[in-house]
Amino acid sequence: MSSGDLTIGGHSPGVITEPPFSIPTKKLAMWLFIIADTMTFAACLVAYGFLRNGTANWPRPFHSINNVAIMTFILLTSSLTMLIGLRSARAGDKSAAFRWIMITALLGIAFGFLHIREWVGLIGEGMTMFKNPWGTGLFGASFFSITGLHLTHVTGGVIALLVVGLRYKGGRYNADDIEILGLYWHFVDLVWMFVVPLVYLLNLAH
Amino acid sequence: MTAKVEQHNPGMGKDLIVYVCLLVLAGLQFVIAYQNIVASRMFWRMLTVACVEAGLAVLFFMHLWSEKRIFLWFVGIFTISVLLGMQYGWTDSFRMLVGAAPFSK
Repeated sequence: MSSGDLTIGGHSPGVITEPPFSIPTKKLAMWLFIIADTMTFAACLVAYGFLRNGTANWPRPFHSINNVAIMTFILLTSSLTMLIGLRSARAGDKSAAFRWIMITALLGIAFGFLHIREWVGLIGEGMTMFKNPWGTGLFGASFFSITGLHLTHVTGGVIALLVVGLRYKGGRYNADDIEILGLYWHFVDLVWMFVVPLVYLLNLAH
Repeated sequence: MTAKVEQHNPGMGKDLIVYVCLLVLAGLQFVIAYQNIVASRMFWRMLTVACVEAGLAVLFFMHLWSEKRIFLWFVGIFTISVLLGMQYGWTDSFRMLVGAAPFSK
């Protein structure tokens, strides 16, 4: 059989080219998802800015930066542990890669725990989606929406870390899959860099 | 042992430098938050720092710098175009602030 006889789905071999931008298809798909998700978060943050600028009695309920500073440190550190896990996977050190991925997942869980604890504290002070004791009720809606969307991403990331980590250990996934998951995890970290100043630091009570 | 670690972690030093830079920049945002300046100036300073942080994370943590240049340009131009397009939202909010929008009265 000559190469000219080989067809896939009725197309001639000339149709099949290398992946766009010469990167693996799964990685490209993750990048496209990240770009789309960037728009989601950007839309939320721009809408938040719209509300904040257009509302006179916008509350400034945060008295301490300790919790958000610790959360930021944890998330940034989890990006580093993810990178170490990827490098270990690339070097073929399977046990080290698995260990670092699990450490990353644990850091993600710690972040989520601190986030929930903060939410519970604010709810305890009387803040809900529709009202709070300090000013416009829009604050609660935007705060819980934006941080909730981010926390959903972190939770999804932790689940993905556990699943991919275990499957990598079992030999079903390879270092490329860890790299793709790492892209997502770093993106979650990246979004937090914008959430912190806009949602927390600009609403500090002075 | 050192050689083994080097082999297992090529370029780890660069990652650590970027990590420390990100920590410093994140800390800088907290410092800005306690500056006695007007909110708009504070916003722009924080946003600038956040953009630098995001750039470092995308280029080095997400390895975009190591990808083909055409892909880097694709991601950069596409994302920035959309984000700039969203500035319509910002300008509209400022329009509301000065009372130009019909529903602001």
